[in-house]
Amino acid sequence: MKPFAYAVAEAPVQAVHQLSARPGAKFLGGGTNLVDLMRLGVESPELLVDVTRLELDRIEPTATGGILVGAGVRNSDLAADPRIRAAYPMLSQALLSGASGQLRNMATVGGNLLQRTRCVYFQDVTKPCNKREPGTGCPARTGAHRDLAILGASEHCIATHPSDFAVALAALDARVQITGPAGDRALALADLYRAPDEDPSRDTVLDPADLITAVEIPTSREAHRNSLYRKARDRASYAFAVGSVAAGLSLAPDGTISEVRIALGAVAHKPWRARRAESALTGNPATPEQFRRAAELELAAAEPLPDNAFKVELSQNLIVAALSTLAGVEEA
Amino acid sequence: MTTTDTRSQSTTSTLRLQVNGREHELALDHRTSLLDALREHLGLTGSKKGCDHGQCGACTVLLDGRRVNACLILAVTAVGREITTVEGLADGEDLHPVQQAFIDRDAFQCGYCTPGQICSAVGVLAEARSGWPSAVTPPEGGVQLDEAEVRERMSGNLCRCGAYANIVPAVLDAAAAELPAPGIETAYHEGESR
Ligand SMILES: Cc1cc2nc3c(=O)[nH]c(=O)nc-3n(C[C@H](O)[C@H](O)[C@H](O)COP(=O)(O)OP(=O)(O)OC[C@H]3O[C@@H](n4cnc5c(N)ncnc54)[C@H](O)[C@@H]3O)c2cc1C
Ligand code: SF4
Repeated sequence: MKPFAYAVAEAPVQAVHQLSARPGAKFLGGGTNLVDLMRLGVESPELLVDVTRLELDRIEPTATGGILVGAGVRNSDLAADPRIRAAYPMLSQALLSGASGQLRNMATVGGNLLQRTRCVYFQDVTKPCNKREPGTGCPARTGAHRDLAILGASEHCIATHPSDFAVALAALDARVQITGPAGDRALALADLYRAPDEDPSRDTVLDPADLITAVEIPTSREAHRNSLYRKARDRASYAFAVGSVAAGLSLAPDGTISEVRIALGAVAHKPWRARRAESALTGNPATPEQFRRAAELELAAAEPLPDNAFKVELSQNLIVAALSTLAGVEEA
Repeated sequence: MTTTDTRSQSTTSTLRLQVNGREHELALDHRTSLLDALREHLGLTGSKKGCDHGQCGACTVLLDGRRVNACLILAVTAVGREITTVEGLADGEDLHPVQQAFIDRDAFQCGYCTPGQICSAVGVLAEARSGWPSAVTPPEGGVQLDEAEVRERMSGNLCRCGAYANIVPAVLDAAAAELPAPGIETAYHEGESR
């Protein structure tokens, strides 16, 4: 690890200023990803600006009936919040399915959203990687890609975003509040992340000096309350997803689907909102056959590689299982 | 408090850490993890270095009463926080109920992961007491620590000897002894282990 300076930020604007003034500086949240990457030599900031002592640690109702979650709120506190558990179960479940009790006590909301990919080449500085060192190539395509993307990837990078939390936020249409060098703004979570395209080095649309200050969760509705997060992984606990789904469903009195929300994890460079499946389902009967058809439609765009082709069926099965549970029907 | 250069150029700080009720002044390179500060600078070698990447839990300590991985925490960020290591759990000669339960249940083999397991279990009991759910907690009702709950909540602590069959009952014993609090029931029955 390279030596670095350390400063505690006292106000969001000051933190942003510290970063714009020093190109080699980075914000430090819980450090569970950044310190790890520094130890691996993947990151080597000159200055760490600690943003955990900013007063961004509140979970509070908004004027419009939603919930505003400060960027410094620890993952464990958010998962345990009774309002979140009751109104947005998929969000609490996504958080609780991630990492370990210790890590969730450290990890912050802001840091969770900006954690980097777990692609093994990205984490190994002795290997080429377009995301870490643009232009060096992508060995994953012909190498270890079992855990990597099947949707929305590019020839330059097939990394996946590892966050469970972000998948649930995508399904909920959450918004991210930002304080940046040009002032304050808000973005839909869906617009925060980028596809890898020609430049996989950038995971998000953010400027390096943009500070996430909060995440805004919209007013709870039936398809938020009747929701769940389901995660497939290689061991029962404490492992990243091989596939996951955040889903919410509400039914009309005649049993047809009035609203459905589906986002997939571990399949793309960003949380994958399954819009095609959602529009195919809306207005139709809530049956396992419909769920299967919609899941197949969504995954029709998949471009799997030999070792991650199983994710196509896995993701379809996750969608069908989640929606069947939410609709209270037997899986086909 | 931390004394840092106002222009944030210095790569070291002189800082005070509060460990097991005692304050220590240390001059540290910012790269120093809390784990290295405890082990190499304060001689508290109870907390162990396993993977140094947050993957094994051997370094688990309590920060303001919450369990964390000391290997991924920079010591300089722990200023003003109360740090408790395995050395700080006993009350004089009286072992902490979790320590006693680990001995009574023979919940270890080589012992390397044990300090982390014990600190983690102390954290688990506090979390259960606060009604925090886990991934296996049913949506309705309070937290009932049973075998499935303990296995899920302790999943951040790996034991390469595989002493889990005794660790789980030890944690449940400690829960039963420590938590007659309302809303928390423990349900471990002899011979039920998987
Ligand atoms: C062993 C292990 C297992 C894990 N398993 C899972 C899992 O199953 N599921 C899962 O989802 N995650 C998992 N994680 C990842 C974990 O969730 C993330 O490391 C954590 O959420 C990051 O949060 P942090 O506060 O520690 O971020 P940090 O490490 O502090 O920061 C991460 C990045 O975000 C930036 N940043 C931090 N805060 C802000 C802010 N407010 N504004 C702008 N930028 C900011 C930092 O500069 C850095 O680039 C695992 C991690 C480990 C080590
Ligand atoms: S998939 Fe992306 S992160 Fe992985 S090696 Fe290729 S370019 Fe790097």
